[in-house]
Amino acid sequence: MSPHAKKNIIPGFGLSLGLTISFISLVVLIPMLTLVFQSSALGWSGFWKTVLDPRILASFRVSFLCSFIAALINGVFGLILAWVLARYRFPGRRLIDGLIELPFALPTAVAGISLTALYSDKGWIGEPLARLGLKVAYTPVGIIVALTFITLPFVVRTVQPVLEQLDHVYEEAGRMLGASPTLIFFRVILPEIKPALLTGFALAFARALGEYGSVVFIAGNMPFKTEIAPLMIMIKLEQFNYGEATAVALVMLGASFVIMFIINSIQARSAGFV
Amino acid sequence: MKKINALALGLFVFALSAFGPVPAAPAADVEITNVSYDPTRELYEQYNAAFKKHWKSLKGQEADIVQSHGGSGRQARAVIEGNQADVLTLALAPDITAVEKAGLIKPGWQSEFPLNSAPYTSTIVFLVRKGNPKAIKDWGDLARAGVGVITPNPKTSGGARWNYLAAWAWAHREYKGDEKAVKEYIGKVLRNILVLDTGARGSTNTFVQNGQGDVLLAWENEAFLALAEKAGEFEIATPSLSILAEPPVAVVDEVVEKRGTREIATEYLNFLYSEEGQRLAGKNYYRPSNPDIAKEFASVFNLKLDLITIDDPIFGGWEKAQDLHFKDGGVFDQLYAR
Repeated sequence: MSPHAKKNIIPGFGLSLGLTISFISLVVLIPMLTLVFQSSALGWSGFWKTVLDPRILASFRVSFLCSFIAALINGVFGLILAWVLARYRFPGRRLIDGLIELPFALPTAVAGISLTALYSDKGWIGEPLARLGLKVAYTPVGIIVALTFITLPFVVRTVQPVLEQLDHVYEEAGRMLGASPTLIFFRVILPEIKPALLTGFALAFARALGEYGSVVFIAGNMPFKTEIAPLMIMIKLEQFNYGEATAVALVMLGASFVIMFIINSIQARSAGFV
Repeated sequence: MKKINALALGLFVFALSAFGPVPAAPAADVEITNVSYDPTRELYEQYNAAFKKHWKSLKGQEADIVQSHGGSGRQARAVIEGNQADVLTLALAPDITAVEKAGLIKPGWQSEFPLNSAPYTSTIVFLVRKGNPKAIKDWGDLARAGVGVITPNPKTSGGARWNYLAAWAWAHREYKGDEKAVKEYIGKVLRNILVLDTGARGSTNTFVQNGQGDVLLAWENEAFLALAEKAGEFEIATPSLSILAEPPVAVVDEVVEKRGTREIATEYLNFLYSEEGQRLAGKNYYRPSNPDIAKEFASVFNLKLDLITIDDPIFGGWEKAQDLHFKDGGVFDQLYAR
């Protein structure tokens, strides 16, 4: 036995690693490989022709841009929500705390239909906004609204426990040394919660990329404008076009993997400083 | 109120999808499963009750019918993948043909029952807002500037293919077969589309509940349902020409052989052609195929509407139309990309 293995609290390193590899293979790797295999039927030229089609490219742009903005919005507001929930005690706190997970529990189609009804230019929220010149439902803004709703819990739930455990003494020390609240936030608190915040952001972004059920109701699904990549996959599947569908899926997967990898590296580096 | 309805609809859809087919009532002597498509829910609810009485007086048996609804293509795929259906009552012949190709139905099913195995028919009409403020009367009006059109996407919705083909048929007559003019017209209509939902019920929701657009291209029965639900808010405009949709029915040979239900399954579909079955179809806004019964509904349907079928030389049958218009890179895609 290597000295490393001896330090393990849970015994049976071989067993647990074996389980890990089989589990990852069954649940992640093999399905992913099937994707590669399915789309390989197209050949290189067929693959590139599919994924470089202008309409497909437009759907990639819509998907990645809207998901990124939604994750960014949740990065800011999720952090504020987590801050309020972790730092303050007020009546109704438990209720708000419980509401955070609701977007996970609600079937996405129901979320999509309700949000569309609210945000269409005849809806309660959509009508005043439309009068101000901002059309929400059936535009990319609507997609962002749906994605923000769906991915809200990620940032809150990753940042909240870190904030709760953050020792107040560092802030107090900063204050006694004469730092302004802004400085304390950016130099003392933010570095502590940055890894959790980045994880939350990455989770939200990844989840938003794959979201289909709620977006198709609010997007309007107009080619080149509000078609998301998962919809293009569905359209191809409906026509039994499995090869092209998996080609689109593969590109999304590859791009998401690269983005997640970058975010994780940044996170690992910033965690190293703490 | 509007929003609450939409939410209720959403929850309703969810509840239905969660429960799937309604569990069988106890003490039935014989049970069959009817796998159908979305808009026939109300029709078969009433029809099944009538058929149970009919079967009881015929055989003295308590019959039970399990009913399943969903998108027509998806339902066909579910049956291919093992959903045990005794009878299929779907939206499009190609969906039943797909089940035939999987070996579950014998070839020639379409001549097993009268009239291409289509006991009732439907067509595509326009649902417009009260008073028809944009004066939308015929297909030509859909291409006018400033008219907002709502239709599902023909690539994801079987029903929407009929919308597109009906417009094509009208333009073909209007421009005397000049293909360039037809395509230009279709292109203009496509650019007037505001929202392209993935299914027919989604489009109805967009037009009716969320107030988008000036005209909804809809199944006649869906349009009437929307009228009944929201009295006084909408009108139906019937174009000068439309397409005759013949939703077909078939017995799933493989399943009825295994279960020994061929007799009741066949009678179940035959009873659709009886006067009672035809009247129920008419009451649920499907056009009865029996001309005498159809006349009873002359005040409901515009029976003088010029209807052409998919087998018309303009289209040359489903397979040809599907291949030319709707496959990736087909005419629909070309016209949309422009």
